[in-house]
Amino acid sequence: MSGEEFVPLSLTPLLIGIFAAVACALPGNFLLLRKQALIGDAISHVVLPGIVVAFLLTGAISAAPMMLGAAGAAVVAVVLIEAIRRLGRIEPGAAMGVVFTTMFAGGVLLLEQTDTSSVHLDVEHALYGNLESLIWLDATGWSSLLDPQALAHLPVELPRMALTLLAVVLFIAVFWRVLKISTFDEGFARTLGIRTNLLGLALVITAAVAAVAAFDAVGSIIVIAMFICPPAAARMMSNHLEGQVAWSVGFAVLSAVFGYVLAGYGPLWLGAQDAVSAAGMIATVSGLILAVSARFGPCRNRSGAPVGV
Amino acid sequence: MLIDALLLQLGYNATLVAIGATLLGVSAGVTGTFLFLRKRALVSDAISHATLPGVCLAFILMASFGGDGRNLVGLLLGSAVSASAGLWCLNWLTRNTRLAEDAAIGSVLSVFFGFGIVLLTVIQTLGVGRQAGLEGFLLGSTAGMLWADAMVIAVGGAVTLLLILLIRRPMTLVAFDPEYAAARGLPVSKIDMAMMGLVMAVTVVGLKIVGLILIVALLIIPAVTARFWTERSDYVVLLAGLAGGLSAYIGAAMSASAPNLPTGPIIVLMSFALFLFSLLFAPNRGVLAAVLRHFRFQRRVHLRQGLLALAQGQPIYEKLTLRLLRNGGLVRADGVATDKGKARAAKALRDERRWAVVRSDQAHEAAAALYDGLRQIESVLTQDQITEIDRHIGGPKEVLA
Repeated sequence: MSGEEFVPLSLTPLLIGIFAAVACALPGNFLLLRKQALIGDAISHVVLPGIVVAFLLTGAISAAPMMLGAAGAAVVAVVLIEAIRRLGRIEPGAAMGVVFTTMFAGGVLLLEQTDTSSVHLDVEHALYGNLESLIWLDATGWSSLLDPQALAHLPVELPRMALTLLAVVLFIAVFWRVLKISTFDEGFARTLGIRTNLLGLALVITAAVAAVAAFDAVGSIIVIAMFICPPAAARMMSNHLEGQVAWSVGFAVLSAVFGYVLAGYGPLWLGAQDAVSAAGMIATVSGLILAVSARFGPCRNRSGAPVGV
Repeated sequence: MLIDALLLQLGYNATLVAIGATLLGVSAGVTGTFLFLRKRALVSDAISHATLPGVCLAFILMASFGGDGRNLVGLLLGSAVSASAGLWCLNWLTRNTRLAEDAAIGSVLSVFFGFGIVLLTVIQTLGVGRQAGLEGFLLGSTAGMLWADAMVIAVGGAVTLLLILLIRRPMTLVAFDPEYAAARGLPVSKIDMAMMGLVMAVTVVGLKIVGLILIVALLIIPAVTARFWTERSDYVVLLAGLAGGLSAYIGAAMSASAPNLPTGPIIVLMSFALFLFSLLFAPNRGVLAAVLRHFRFQRRVHLRQGLLALAQGQPIYEKLTLRLLRNGGLVRADGVATDKGKARAAKALRDERRWAVVRSDQAHEAAAALYDGLRQIESVLTQDQITEIDRHIGGPKEVLA
């Protein structure tokens, strides 16, 4: 494929997809090991009311207030889940179910009530995202990557997603040791003087930031899939945290690339006219990767011992 | 307008929706209770998301054979097939790999839902033209409900309720104590499977009304709500059915009474309102009851400590303690003990001494374990035992203060 076609049409969505997938998969590893895997699911549902409220308050579709609204809603949801769990003495799964369904319902109701559907806020958009439309029209070929004039018109989602990924990587790199200790042995971590509650909250907030940035670019379905599937598949491949994180990043990149390519070009190969949802295809590919690793991965058994040793 | 809606006076279609929604609410509440008691509430999330690819595949199949892609029974059959595939994946992942159930739930729901979205876009590009309304399965669409659709929902809801009635005993047993149930010889995994089958049936039936994203709420919230009010499992089931039916009925009526009020979200918000009310005001398990209990406990501790301080002639500075003693007529305004106060203080001090004897004596080990600084000694020992203890510590002493 030539650069004239690839760079403007596919390079930026592909990069955004990869960045989003990795930014979600990284914190997903820790959430998975802490048995909080469904936090990603809850966050991606409650982001909708946050964005709608931010839109109603500011009256405009602009990135900063929406990100703030979504992140705020995620924090509200986490606090609400915790409050309901403690006040009502309800098991965490049920408390989560109560909170995220209610907040999502509130978001849908607000959307319907306020006729925001004329601007590009609607439920379908929130679910699938619009990865395919994040194209870079000013590019003419590979040379555009060095052309400042063309670079100025990159889709804003690309630098934003790259920055988010950088922030996530920094957080995990800085707190790697304490995260690792407190994930595997919370009691021991506390005796070392690690503020485990604070660290847990920081992790959830990091996850929320990644989710919100990815949600803005690619819709909520990728967020849920990337939080869980690459780390879960990586869990079957390694008994070490370092190995698991490395595998999960690899799987996330693989899902994003294959998913995007299959969605964009797969139907053409089959003789159909139009592309299918890239977000959905990325989630599907990540599921296939999980299925293969769950069947053949060396560390898939609960005992953790590699098979045949 | 709302009154008219609640009294089913808004015409044929609104009445149909309200009755259908209520039936669904009742059966979702009842079914969800078992899931909640089994601590597997979020499995319903995976099941509901897994219905999407089935709906789409059924549509594609029916449309490509030249039929009307929107036949509700066909779509529901398709959703049931893919939901059971999702459930099978979920079970396989939790049994055969090291993944915990929550991770398995998350991966099944995201992958199936993602694949469903791929199929939705395929349908959009097929150019069949009759796909309108298929998106309604995401969030529910009741406005276009037909008599036949309502019948499907009513019959489905009724059959689920009947089945639950038949197997409620073993399901309750398995939900509370699976090991005991297994020891009793019950086929736990089969009963679990039946439970999941019922959840699946409710989910599939509910797709039309509240949509696949929000049906989870109808399965979880009424059960959690009902749990606040009672400790008995059969009452929880009944109350959950009531809460689910009520919120579905009021929600459907409200959404019929004004424009731009989508039925599914309104029903969910109604059931959350019931939940919130229960969380705050339920007797025993509610927040208000817990706060009152805390205050009562605090007062007892302060009163007791105040009496002991009086008995030992120590000054009391603590405001709450002073106020409690004054209100009880145990001290005068200037902090000097009244006769009644002296008597109560002497009794409190004496009880402390008696407790000290009880706790140092091996023979009273069981009673000593009940000591918490508040319990009346008469409530754990007989009068004879107390007399025996009193022989050791001598007769009553007067409080001098």
